[in-house]
Amino acid sequence: MKNIISSLLLFFFITSVSYGNEDVTDQILKNLRCLVCQGQTVSDSNSEFALIIKSVVKDKIKEGKSEKEIYNFLSDKYGDWILLNPPLKKNSYVLWFLPYLLFILGAIFLFFLLKKPKIRP
Amino acid sequence: MKKIKYILISILFSFLFIILYLSLDNEKIYNTQDLIGKKISEVEINLFQSNRTINTKELTNNEFTVLNFWASWCGPCRDEHPNLVRLSKIKNLKLIGINFKDNKDNAKTFLKENGNPFDLLAEDKDGKNSINFGVYGIPETILIDSELRILKKYIGPLNIKEVNEIRKIVKK
Repeated sequence: MKNIISSLLLFFFITSVSYGNEDVTDQILKNLRCLVCQGQTVSDSNSEFALIIKSVVKDKIKEGKSEKEIYNFLSDKYGDWILLNPPLKKNSYVLWFLPYLLFILGAIFLFFLLKKPKIRP
Repeated sequence: MKKIKYILISILFSFLFIILYLSLDNEKIYNTQDLIGKKISEVEINLFQSNRTINTKELTNNEFTVLNFWASWCGPCRDEHPNLVRLSKIKNLKLIGINFKDNKDNAKTFLKENGNPFDLLAEDKDGKNSINFGVYGIPETILIDSELRILKKYIGPLNIKEVNEIRKIVKK
């Protein structure tokens, strides 16, 4: 009985670890741009380049590299263009903060537009 | 009150106009500009004709090195080959050919037919090592200095203009 339970536990542990790795791999591949494709992620593409990147990412995960380390490795080789979520850097401030700025400007605009004029007695 | 509204609307529209106008000039394709000046990785490369490997660290012994990724099945590689032969005549420049995902016999025949311009021939059987060099298709050529810094990276077949550019850089 003990043997059965321990084998079951081992089985669940191994499958959960491998499924966990697959999730991480998939998540990373979805965040990488396929450089030779038009608007596709590495995950979606079956191009030669995408297939090699998929294999390299799997190898890196097996080596125990973290998601961040893999992104750093690839952006070091191909520049930030390979990342679909570009990191917050000086030249990407506009990209990150523009939506918030537009939102604030829009709110101010709406405030003045909807503000009822005071009725003078 | 109306004045503020007009000012806000004009600010908003001018802002959007500027952003959209600037985006027109923004290139949406991959370019290698970010990689210039970076050092290539210190990795092992398998040699083509033996089971030995060399480390890219050893390239620091050369004043300048050109790493060319090619394959016998790649048409543009055939087009650029005469230009690699031209580069091979430059004295202070070493040429390293990295045969990419190729059949060995076909690669040998290719070099027999077109001449072998390479000082050293290496191979990348599964294409994974090419990722260490930021390669995303072949042919690709990387010019590095003795500190392994990338001076130029050419995507696609080398043309005569680029050969002359390399000549100029290594003569300085």
